[in-house]
Amino acid sequence: MFYSRLFCIVCMLLLPIPVLALDDRYGYPIQGSHEASIIGTPAELMPELPARVPTRQLVLDLFPDRKKPPIFFYDEGLRCTFAYQDKKAPLVFIVGGAGAGDRTDKLIVMTKALYQAGFHVITLPSPSSANFIVSASRSSVPGDLTEDAADLYRAMDAAWKQVQGDIEVSSFHLCGYSLGASEVAFVAKLDEERKLFNFGKVLMINPPVSVYNSATRIEELMKQIPGGAKKQGFFVNRMLSKFSQFYRYGNFVTINEDFLYAIYTEKLFTHEETAGLIGITYRIGMAGMLFTSDVMTNSGYVVPKNRVLRPTDSLYEYFMVSTHLSFFDYFNEQFYPHFQKQRPGLTKQQLIDAQSLKSIEGYLKSSAKFGLITNENDFILTRAELDYLRQLFGKRAKIYPRGGHLGNIEYKDNLAYMIAFLQDKETLQ
Amino acid sequence: MRAFQRLSGLIFLALLLSLSGCATTGVTTQAEIPARHSISEFNDQRFAEVSDPWEATNRSMYRFNFYFDKYLFLPVVGGYEYITPTFLQERISGFYSNLGELQNFSNSLFQLKGLEALSTLGRFVTNSTVGIGGLFDPATSFGLERRNQDFGKTLGYWGADSGPYLVLPVFGPSSMRDASGLVVDSAITYGVYSAIDPFGSSDYSFEIGAGITTLGFVDTRHHQSFRYFESGNPFEYYLVRFFYHEKREIESGKRSTKE
Repeated sequence: MFYSRLFCIVCMLLLPIPVLALDDRYGYPIQGSHEASIIGTPAELMPELPARVPTRQLVLDLFPDRKKPPIFFYDEGLRCTFAYQDKKAPLVFIVGGAGAGDRTDKLIVMTKALYQAGFHVITLPSPSSANFIVSASRSSVPGDLTEDAADLYRAMDAAWKQVQGDIEVSSFHLCGYSLGASEVAFVAKLDEERKLFNFGKVLMINPPVSVYNSATRIEELMKQIPGGAKKQGFFVNRMLSKFSQFYRYGNFVTINEDFLYAIYTEKLFTHEETAGLIGITYRIGMAGMLFTSDVMTNSGYVVPKNRVLRPTDSLYEYFMVSTHLSFFDYFNEQFYPHFQKQRPGLTKQQLIDAQSLKSIEGYLKSSAKFGLITNENDFILTRAELDYLRQLFGKRAKIYPRGGHLGNIEYKDNLAYMIAFLQDKETLQ
Repeated sequence: MRAFQRLSGLIFLALLLSLSGCATTGVTTQAEIPARHSISEFNDQRFAEVSDPWEATNRSMYRFNFYFDKYLFLPVVGGYEYITPTFLQERISGFYSNLGELQNFSNSLFQLKGLEALSTLGRFVTNSTVGIGGLFDPATSFGLERRNQDFGKTLGYWGADSGPYLVLPVFGPSSMRDASGLVVDSAITYGVYSAIDPFGSSDYSFEIGAGITTLGFVDTRHHQSFRYFESGNPFEYYLVRFFYHEKREIESGKRSTKE
C-alpha cells in the first residue's frame, strides 16, 4: 500500500516533464477538443494500411428462443467482424463506443492496423447498439457495466466457439474505446473468475471514469445550443444552411474530406456550435438505444405499449421524440426504475457509482494487464478525473496532449502505441 | 455500358414495385396504452425531414435491397474481390470511371459550365490515351480534377425541386428528380454506345455488353462500404435519407434548408 502510494506520488511528480516534451513531438494537428472529435484524423496522417484483410462476418444466435419484434426483421443475430491470420497468432476482441456497430470506421481502421501487426481480430457491437440490445442483451436494458460486460463475455465466448476450429490462437487480449473501454475493464474482471480467456493485455482508449458524469458532460454540450436541447431542430436546420452556403460560395468540387477540413480551418462553426453538433450526434445515437430498448421490453416509453410495429411503418415521430429526451430522462424514467424493481432499496447514487471505474479500482490498480490511452483535452473527463486516471494507471497511462474525445485514435502514433502495448513491447514509454 | 446498368435497374423497378406492397402484418393481441412521451410535448422544428409521401413503399424497397445485397450482390462482390488481385481491381475501376466521364462531360455542357466541360474532356482524352483506355489516371496528377455530374444535378442546377424521396431497387437512395436524371443519362450513354457499337462485328456482342454491364455493377458496389441495416441505429432509414437529400441539394448548387 505504501509503495503504491509512493509510486503514485513519484508518477505525479514526474508526469509534467514527459508530457511537456511530448507536446513538441506529437504530430496530431487539431488543437481544439471539439474540433478534433468531429474531424478525427486526416487520411494522410493515418498509417499505411493493407488494402485487403481476410475477414468474415460472424452472426451469433445467442437466444435461439427469443421472438424478435417484426420491426427488427433484419436482425438475425449479433454481427461481429472477424479478421484472421493463416498462422498461429494472438487474438484481440475490440468493443467500440456508445452505439457503435461491428463495422464502424474506427473499428475497421483498428482492425486493419492490428491485422497488419499479426493479430487475429474480432470486433463486437457496443452493448448500446440496436443490434446488441436485440440479439445479445439478456435484459435489453443497456447501460449497466456489470450486466453489459456479462452479455459481452457470453458473446465473446460464442464468437470464439464459432471460429476456434479455423484458427490457431496464442493468447487473448481486449481493447475498447469510449464506453467500450469501460466495458472491457468489467469484462476482464469477469474473466478473472470464469477464466475462459485469461486475457493477457487490456487496453482502454478514452474511457469515461464515471459513465454518468461523462454523459452529464455531453448533455452540457447541448446547453450551448440557443434555447437549449429542446430547440435542437432549429439549431440543426440553421447549421445545415450555414454548411450549404459555405459550400456554395467556396467553389468546392464535392463534399469530401477537403471540404470538411476547410470548414475547420475557416472556422465556419463556433466552439459552441461545434459543441452543439457533437451533442446532437450523441443524442441521435442515444435515441436509437432508448427506442430499441423500449420496443424490446414493451415498456411504453416512446412507443405505445402493446403496439406491434411493422417493417414498413414510419418511425419518424419516435425518432423526433427520442432525440428530444435526455440521458437524465432515460436514467430516471427507465434505467433506474428497471434496476430498482430487481433490487429493492437500491438508491440512485448506488446505481450511478456502479457505472464507474472507481467501483473496480482495486482490481484496475493491481492488475498489470491494463493500459490506458487518453487525451489531456478529452471533454468527457474533468480535470480531476484525468488526474485520477493518471494516478490509477501510473506509467501504464499514455496521455496525449490533444485529440479531444477519440479524434486521434486513428493517428499513426496512437495506432503504433496500441499495437506495441498489445504486443507487450518493452519499448513502451 | 452504364446504360445497360441503368436499364436493367429500371426493369428491376418494374418487377419489384409489385412486391413492394407486401408487408408483414403484425397481430396486436392486447390493447394499446399511450406512450409516456409523445411528439406533442415538444415545441421545436423538425429536422432531418425530407418529402417522403411513399415512405412505406420506400421502406419495402430498402428492405428488398437488404435482401438483394445479402443473397446475391454481396456474395458476388465478395467473390470478385477474392479472385481479383488488387492491382487488377484498380484498373477495372479506372476503366469504368473513365467511361463515366462521358456523363460528366455532357452534364457540364448542359449546365453551361464551359471550363468544367473542357477539363472533363481533357481528363477523358488524357486517360483514354496516356492512361491506356482509363486503366490509369494520369489526368489527376496533371491537375485535372474529376467533377462528378449527372442529369439529376443538371435539373437541380436549373432549379428543379428534388421531388419526393425514392429508394430505387439496387441503386438505393434517390429522388423523383434524380431517378428521372438516371433515365436521361442512361439514354444518352446508350445512344452513344449504339452509335459506336464497339462489339458490332462480334457474334457475341450482346453477351459482351451484358458482361461489361454486370462487372460495372460489381465494381460500383465494391467501392461502397454501405451495408443496409448495419449502422446499429434503428433510425438508419431517416439518417440515410437526410444525408442523401442534403448532399444532393448542396452539390447541385441549390439550397433547400429552412431558415
